Formats: sequence, C-alpha cells, structure tokens
Amino acid sequence: MSRPFAKLPAWIDYGLIPLLNLVVAFLVAGLVVLVVGESPAEAAMLMLRGAFGYGEGVGFTLYYTTSFIFTGLAVAVAFHGGLFNIGGEGQAYLGGLGITVVALALGGILPWWLNLPLAAAAAALFGAAWALIPAWLQARRGSHIVITTIMFNFIASALMVYLLVGPLKPAGSMNPESRTFEAGASLPKLDGLFELFGASLGGAPLNVTLFVALAAALFVWVLIWRTRLGYEIRTLGHSPKAARYAGMAETRIIVVTMLIAGGLAGLMALNPVMGDQYRLQIDFPAGAGFVGIAVALMGRGHPAGILPAALLFGMLYQGGAELAFDMPAISRDMIVIIQGLVILFAGALENMLRPGVGALYGRLRRQGPVGAEAGKATA
Amino acid sequence: MADAAIQLIDIDKRFGAVHANRSINLSVEKGTIHGIIGENGAGKSTLMSIIYGFYQADSGEIRVDGRPASITDPSAAIAAGIGMVHQHFMLVPNFTVVENVMLGAEKSPFLGAGIAKVRAELKRLEREHALDVDPDAVVEELPVGRQQRVEILKSLYRGADILILDEPTGVLTPAEADHLFAVLRHLRDEGKTIILITHKLREIMAVTDAVSVMRRGELVATRRTAETNVAELAELMVGRRVLLTVDKGSAAPREVRLSVEGLRVRDSRGVVMVDDVSLNLRAGEIVGIAGVAGNGQSELIEALAGIRATEAGRVALMGRELGPQEMTDPAGLRAAGLAHVPEDRHHMGLVLPFEENENAVLGYQREARFARGPLLDRAAMRRDAAEKIAAYDIRPPDCRLKTANFSGGNQQKIVLSREMERDPDVLLIGQPTRGVDVGAIEFIHRRIVEMRDAGKAILLVSVELDEIRALSDRILVMFAGRIVGERGPDAGEGELGLLMAGIEEREAAE
Repeated sequence: MSRPFAKLPAWIDYGLIPLLNLVVAFLVAGLVVLVVGESPAEAAMLMLRGAFGYGEGVGFTLYYTTSFIFTGLAVAVAFHGGLFNIGGEGQAYLGGLGITVVALALGGILPWWLNLPLAAAAAALFGAAWALIPAWLQARRGSHIVITTIMFNFIASALMVYLLVGPLKPAGSMNPESRTFEAGASLPKLDGLFELFGASLGGAPLNVTLFVALAAALFVWVLIWRTRLGYEIRTLGHSPKAARYAGMAETRIIVVTMLIAGGLAGLMALNPVMGDQYRLQIDFPAGAGFVGIAVALMGRGHPAGILPAALLFGMLYQGGAELAFDMPAISRDMIVIIQGLVILFAGALENMLRPGVGALYGRLRRQGPVGAEAGKATA
Repeated sequence: MADAAIQLIDIDKRFGAVHANRSINLSVEKGTIHGIIGENGAGKSTLMSIIYGFYQADSGEIRVDGRPASITDPSAAIAAGIGMVHQHFMLVPNFTVVENVMLGAEKSPFLGAGIAKVRAELKRLEREHALDVDPDAVVEELPVGRQQRVEILKSLYRGADILILDEPTGVLTPAEADHLFAVLRHLRDEGKTIILITHKLREIMAVTDAVSVMRRGELVATRRTAETNVAELAELMVGRRVLLTVDKGSAAPREVRLSVEGLRVRDSRGVVMVDDVSLNLRAGEIVGIAGVAGNGQSELIEALAGIRATEAGRVALMGRELGPQEMTDPAGLRAAGLAHVPEDRHHMGLVLPFEENENAVLGYQREARFARGPLLDRAAMRRDAAEKIAAYDIRPPDCRLKTANFSGGNQQKIVLSREMERDPDVLLIGQPTRGVDVGAIEFIHRRIVEMRDAGKAILLVSVELDEIRALSDRILVMFAGRIVGERGPDAGEGELGLLMAGIEEREAAE
C-alpha cells in the first residue's frame, strides 16, 4: 500500500538523471580509450571538435540528427501504444522506394518544392504499408510485433536487393542502385543558412529535410497529447484493460498507431535519398532505424526529449567518424562500443542511478523546510 | 515489561516525503493475540514489514524477549522466532504442502531426508495445534483457507514464536474466518504470540486480547479488547465519529431497467464462471451481489458492462433486448445509459500515469463537449474535472496531478464522480470501497444511496458482507457462478455466510 520511493520532481527525472547516465557512459567509454593506450581527454576533445568545431562537422552532425529524429519518433509513437516497433529500419527502407517512384516519374517535370510533399507522402505511405502487416498480425492474431517487425526488416532488405539489382537498375550499370534523379527531385542544401552565421557547410549533406523532421516532432506532440486518437493510444499503451473498459477499438488503435509509426520511419528516407545521394542505394538507412530505438528510449518518448537525444547520437556518429580518422588506435568498432555504452547507460540502465539520487534528494529535502511534506503524507 | 514477546521503541520510518511511522512504541505481551487496526495507509503494513525485516527503521529499537534484536532481513526475523503470514500467500502453487513447507529449509541438495523430516514435523505440529492439512496435497488444489494454514505451518516449522498475520481474512468466507480464529486461539493457548493486522473492527472484537490503533503513521492508542468497544475503536481510527450504518429510507422500486436471463460466461481458460444467471434490476433500488471473491461476481458485472464476451443468455437494457454486437460494445452501452464502476480501478477504471483530468473523461473522450475538431479540448476537460473535484471533495484538489499520486479513496472518488455525474440510468458498481479509508467509505455509501433515491437502478458487487447488507435493498448470493439465494436487507450474517460458502447445496462440511 505504501510506495517505496517517493516521486521525484521533473527536473531530476528528466534532466539530472539522464545527464548523470550520460556522464557515467562517457566515463566508462573513457576507460576503454585508456585501455587501448590513448588519452580520454584528447579523444573527447577530438570528438567534440569533429561534431561541432567547424561548419562542415556541424552540417554532418545535423544531417545524422535529422534521420534519427524520424526513426526516434517512429519508435516513440508505437511505444505510447504499448508496441515495440523494431521495424523502423525496414519501414525507412521501403519509404525510400516510395520516394524513388515519385522522383523517377516526376523529377524532370516538377520543381523540388512540389516534389518534396509528393515524395514525403509516398515515403510515409510505403513506410506505413510496411508496418501494416505486422500491426494487423498483432491486433488480430496476437503475433508479437517485436518478432514480426524484425522479420519484416529482413524481408525489406531482400526485396530491395532484388529491386536494385533488377527492375530499378539502369541497363548496363554495374552498381546496385537506381539511376540518378533529375534536379527536380534533389532537395536544396542548407548552405545559405550556414552562410548567415558566417560558417561554411562544405560537403555536408544537411538539407531541408531537417525542417520536415522538426515539423514531424511537432506533429507527434500534438498527436499524442492533444488529440482524441493520442489519448486512446496512450490509454491502450498504459493499460489495455482500461482501453477495453472505455470501449476503445483496440484493433483499430493498434493498426493506426503502427501506420503512423511506419509513416514516420518512411519519411526518414527523404534525408539520404532525396537530400544526399539523389538515387536509391542499397542499405541507405545504415542502421538509423535501430538508433531510433535508443533515441526514443533516451528521449522518454517525448519529442522534447527525442530532439536532444537525436542530436547526441548525431554527434556520436559524426564525432566518432572524425575520432576514428584522427586516432589510429581507435577503430570504427571502438566508436560502436562508445555508442553502445551510451545506449546501455541511458537506455537499458536508466533506473540504475535513480534510487541513489532519490535517497540523496530525500535527505537534502528533509534538512530543508518540513511544512511542505505534511500535506503529501496524507495523500 | 519482562513478559513482552516483542517491544518496539521509538520506531520511525519515512519514504521520501511520506512519514509512514512516527516514533511508534508498542509492547506485545507473550501468549496473547494483539490486534493492530487502522485505515489503509495508516502505516500498519510498514510497521510489520519493519518487524519482519523487509524495511529498516530510520531510527528506533526492536526488542525480542527483552533483548535488542537487529532484524536486517526476513531471515534474521525468522532466526529471532518471528514468522509472517502475508495477505497474498507466498506459496508455490504447483508444489505440495510438504514441498512448500520445506522451501528454503532443504539443508541438502538431495530432498529425501528433508522431506521425511518435514513430514514428521508436520505430524507433530498437527497434533499440538490441531492444524490438519494433507501433506501431499498440491497447494493450488486446496481451498484458500487451507492454503493459509500452510502459510501458518511454514512459519511454525521455522520455529516461530511470534506470528504476524496481515489482513488474513480478506480472502476467507465467514466460516473459514471463524475457523482461523479458532486456530489462532489454540496457538495462543500453546504459548505463541500473535499479531493480527486488520481494518475490520469485527475481527478485533472477536479474537484479540489487546488492540493498538494506528492513524496516519502514529500509534494513537492501545486498549484491552475487553475494555473497549467498536464505536471507540472506530473513532480512534479516523479521529472522529463515523456512521457505521448507512442512513437510508426504504426503496421505492419502479420499472425494470436491466433484465438478465440465463446468462453464461466462460473465462479465458474455458471455465464456466457465470452459470445460468437471471436477475431483474429496477429503477430506484440497489441490488447487492454477495459472495466470496472468485465465485463469478466479477465476470458477471464485466459481462453486463460489455467487457467480457458471454456464451449464452439474453440481456435487455431499458426494456430493449441487446443484440450480440451491442453486448460487447462498452462505448455503445455507455451511450445507452449504462455506467460502470469497475472492481479493478488501478488497471481498468483509471490509467494511473495520466493526469487526473484525463481520467475524468475516460470512456467519454469522444463526446462533443470535450472535442475541438480532432483535438481534445483540454480547457473543457480541466473545467469539468475541477467541478467534479469540488463536488466529490477529491483531495488534493489538483486536476493536473498524476492519478497515481492520489490515495485509494480519492482515486475511487475520481471513478465514481466520472460515472455518477453522467446521470446514467443503470449503474454497475464493483467493490466500491476496496482499499478505501473509513472517511471516504461513508461518503461513497451516501452517494450510492443518493443515486438510488434519484431513481437509478444500481447493481452492487462487493466482497464486504457488511457493505452489501448496509446498502442493498435486495441481496443475491453467488456461489460457484450461480445465484444460490435471494434475501432481504435484514438477512442475518450467518445465514448469508452459509449461502456464500455453498453450504445449502452440499452437506454441512467442516
């Protein structure tokens, strides 16, 4: 009947504890760097400078961030409905196919600002369609969505390989990729924006998709916390019994939630396909779908948390690449270890520090004014 | 106090901001049954968890047999001769009695010797304390009362001289409870010391030698049971006088609003839980369904609310027979004037992580008054919640607070205000006061009677027989899925208890 740990204020729950988790993750990562015989401080500096130190670095960091915002939101929306969407990778992959269809057909006819909404719609549609079957199987047949979405990642991969070595490959080409899009299907880079601040974007692929990602974050916030549908999604996610009691259509909510999640993951393809490579390449999501899981966990499923979490992982990707380049002892794999540690401490072990912080907070508070707690004890 | 079996000196315990125990001083005499009574959240369970080593006190001292004892975990408590019978049994359901008693005391990797020893020891305990249980019975096949006996045997086997029982009668029929009390008296006469935690005054009066009352973390009084009475204890518990009976006039039943015929419901395992139940519910009456938990009442009320599929039977609401689609559509039933206060408010009636105002629209979230296009009108939701908070005196009066942070009684008021303020024609209420403190019980009972007087048809399910008797105009008793009898509001407790135990059907057992 009594709750063993009192509730902590929001600034500790959402601010201090994630920060402490991050510090611990970097301390352990520092130990790893130490073990391979390099200086952790120097490595940290290289990483930060690589990610934020100059215009091109910032451009790459934000480019990765853009992709992770989409996949993070895709996982988060499903999570609110109690569904663990591991299929972001495959949904994004299929989203790329949707974009390619629009880009190949209309790239030479319409300007980019007309192609962007069309391609976005196609990307969302294809991503949603790829989430539909796992969603339906979960809702009507009880097949676990974790299993089915993972399997659909593999099916997506196989399907795209088939398309890219077959129907989509221009005759005579030796590369498993589509033909290059016309100018109307390539999104503008944000170099103008960078010049305003006196910086140069250099070769970084940061493009207008960033704004689509920010709009998607706003959309998710409105959807989850301001609409009836979002209310029903959250109810189902917290308590399926309460959803049944309230007369909500469970099947419909599961399917709609996964369609939205799949659509968001599909939108991620805009960033690399239309914003960077201007063609459909094999394995272009490059793990962004899985990073989205860590981003959503770390951001606690809230857009306001997902944006900084996506930025953190964007920094790790870009800074990590520079670090591997500048410190020969630190290989690509070491970077993956550091990213893994962040996921471990910030995602999987997020409650590790909580009891200690809670006890400390309780002790500090008890020494402070006592009057405030009398009302709470009776509650 | 040389003859104190256990003595608590200035025990203090906090959980964050909650002061669960405030410098508790308690001395339990050897060879007595000592009751600890208090409302939910008064700190009884916390105190017992400290004695049994689940929690550590922030300050204070525990003395066992006059010597200071350091009880750092349950195994230290067992070593000090303290045993505990939990409200929810800590038994392995698919083990036999012997295996359960032996669990944690196997001594060797091979079980043969241990089993023989336990068997011999069980025989001895059975002889000394009249605690007969078949040692080879599988625990899940035993009735609840017997399972509880296994818990007691487990403690005795480990050499307990002090036995703590936490709300032991919550799951028992009145007959089983009486049997338990006989066992406890016997144990006391054999020299054991028993601490009985409960919030039921009747039990305190029936079985204890002394009683301590807790209120808001403090131990406010200790009395010899013979020198006190129910009214005084109730007053000590809440700090003011409460009505123990509900003040209500006689019912004026009118037309039939809900009629059920031949209803049959199976649970997910395929077991028939509701078997050929027929009943009529009229406007302006409260029909109470009495029964020991697990005899189909929950399934009946859920089936009527459209949450659980039915296998057979007809239901008519407001004189109109419901089609099979309608019968499993809670939203449609709600729109047709049926409201439902579910038994399980934590998982069904409320979404605990939600803000209070979000829960105040659960089930009604699609109504036009809370809508602004596809968006929820948060301002309207908060206004609506604030009105209900005022009308039902929900505390703290903050509709933005997370629902989990309200106490049980206030959570229940959130559900009740939502369902009652909709002005339904038919109201299904399950366990209206489970886990609710005395002050809120009084308020909730008064509201239910007001609803009846306003002409609503109310079906009430409760495992608290006192509550059924206090509120109902007619009492239906359920046993093994069937309605085994109907009685008036003045039916005796013993008579209802026998019906609840299914005694009328079988020959008198035990």
